[in-house]
Amino acid sequence: MSVPILAARDLTKTYGRGPDRFDALKGVSLEIQRGESVAIVGKSGSGKSTLMHLLALLDTPGTGQIHVDGTEAQDLSGRRLNALRNTLFGFVFQQFFLNPSSSVLENVALPLKIAGVGPRDRKRRALEVLEQLHLGDKAKNKAAHLSGGQKQRVVIARALVNNPQVLFADEPTGNLDTATGRIVEDILFDLNRNSGITLITVTHDHELAQRFERRIYIRDGQLITSDEEHAA
Amino acid sequence: MKPLEILKTAIANSVRSKLRTTLTILAIFVGAFTLTITNGLGTGISNYIDSQVAAVGSSNSFTVSKASTNTAPGSGPQKYDPNTRVLAAGGRPGATELALSQADLSAISAVPGITAVTPVTRVSPAYIEWNGHDKYQLSVLPLSGAQPQLAAGANLDDSSSQAQIVLPVSYVGPLGFSDNNQAVGQSVLIGIDDAEGKIHEVGAQIVGIEQSSLLGVSGGFINKPLSTGLADAQATGAPAAAKNAFADATATFAPSTQAQINTMKSRLSSEGYTAQTLDDRIGTVKTVINGIIGVLDAFAVIALVAAGFGIVNTLLMSVQERTREIGLMKAMGMGSGSVFALFSTEAAFIGFLGSAIGSLVAIGLGTVVSRALARGPLSDLGGLHVLSFAPASVAGVILLVMAIAFVAGTLPAWRAARQNPIDALRYE
Repeated sequence: MSVPILAARDLTKTYGRGPDRFDALKGVSLEIQRGESVAIVGKSGSGKSTLMHLLALLDTPGTGQIHVDGTEAQDLSGRRLNALRNTLFGFVFQQFFLNPSSSVLENVALPLKIAGVGPRDRKRRALEVLEQLHLGDKAKNKAAHLSGGQKQRVVIARALVNNPQVLFADEPTGNLDTATGRIVEDILFDLNRNSGITLITVTHDHELAQRFERRIYIRDGQLITSDEEHAA
Repeated sequence: MKPLEILKTAIANSVRSKLRTTLTILAIFVGAFTLTITNGLGTGISNYIDSQVAAVGSSNSFTVSKASTNTAPGSGPQKYDPNTRVLAAGGRPGATELALSQADLSAISAVPGITAVTPVTRVSPAYIEWNGHDKYQLSVLPLSGAQPQLAAGANLDDSSSQAQIVLPVSYVGPLGFSDNNQAVGQSVLIGIDDAEGKIHEVGAQIVGIEQSSLLGVSGGFINKPLSTGLADAQATGAPAAAKNAFADATATFAPSTQAQINTMKSRLSSEGYTAQTLDDRIGTVKTVINGIIGVLDAFAVIALVAAGFGIVNTLLMSVQERTREIGLMKAMGMGSGSVFALFSTEAAFIGFLGSAIGSLVAIGLGTVVSRALARGPLSDLGGLHVLSFAPASVAGVILLVMAIAFVAGTLPAWRAARQNPIDALRYE
């Protein structure tokens, strides 16, 4: 078997201390292979977002290790870590985090700007991705003037602009109506199937979770083998 | 992120919240404006003093006289020494001014570094007159390296054989000239008493008219031929010994460092002479003015420090507002260094805007006010520009303000840089 793109061992994460102490994760181990589509399913407060933040190297675990493509993440220097976040991972946020006063193009090109890509290449690449998501005509619009579905697609475009190998999505359809949500889902699965991008999605929506190759259920900071509640 | 991108993004960010940025810039503006004005005041006044000093004498010469023997109260009279000559007693009672002899002149020129020694002959003309008009009293001084600020005509020529004089502007009307230009080139007669009380008249040509000045004396400058002519006329009938006694001498030296000047000075003083450079005589005026400028500068810096806190506040709010954006950028792989650079560049940019606008307005306003003053209340002091702006010092002010802004920006920038990307993304 090949080296998993992401491997976690005995992850724990604790917030606060003393009486406010809250164990968000209590020893989670998992492996995700290249090209997989994985849903992390759990209720609010189950620790699913914390798990994804740890896997995406946005946060450091209390104890435990994360291996990215066989490399121990904690051994990475700040510069390597930033490069990893910038080029290997893409993030799709439920709340979009678009800069409302900038144009769609500028928002999508932000990761390239951080990577130090020149203005001309930035524009070309960002327009390519926007075309791919059928947003080419909105490139010059202000991000604030878009509908929810369009915003979510802009966020996906931003996540894809650096050609990531792993795409993290946090409740990608949570803020969208059913029809628009469906379109966004199709885009994500299409990327997984046709571009080989590893898709890791956090959701509490069981219907969405059914479309993934693999589902990881989490409750109270621990992985559970099956969706007991749904089964019940 | 590339440095140019950081600069562009910082500029774009600083204009995003216009009202807040404008208010901060205003605060910096006040400080930079004040600092530029006080700086201009300092430059203007010291320029003026320098030009006035040049009008009184050259900077690389001493005025050397014999150290006066002061009779300290209670010490009794000084013993008579047949080798010293006493000039007609002047100065305060009890002080005796000793004359310089030819031997003294040789001793002075023997001091290392001194290139030439010229005895100063005091000539005391009785009057000056032009073309039969009224006679006026006149005092004269030899040129000895002085560069009078002229209102008309040319400077004296010591190498010319013609007797020349430069008169203060105040003589023009009384002597009967209609204006400065008419006076230039005219011949005047200078009357002088000889040793027997007989009046001799010496002719001279007016070559220039001197502006009224702050430090200058209300007398005429004369060149060597005229000074020799007057001295000869004055000495007619005097005993030969008196001709070789001088009150003081001008010792010139090659341009030197302050240390070299001090060495020469102490050497002269150990040999019993008093040597003073022009700076010695005028230095105190400059010190007082520099002191005043320094105090004004201090007030301007206080204003700037206050403005610095304005910058801290503006940027802290900006960091607060943009928490999510910073988190997002860090999640996308932006390094802490870049975030720090982004915010401190923004601070420096705000500082640059404030100081550039402040300095420009100060220069514009200062130039107008300075011109108005030079025409109006200060017109008696020709050549005085109260405010003048040296490019280097204006650039210095702008850099200083930018540095203060940058320092003020480090705290917010540091807060922004150490933010955890997750803080912006934790929204459960």
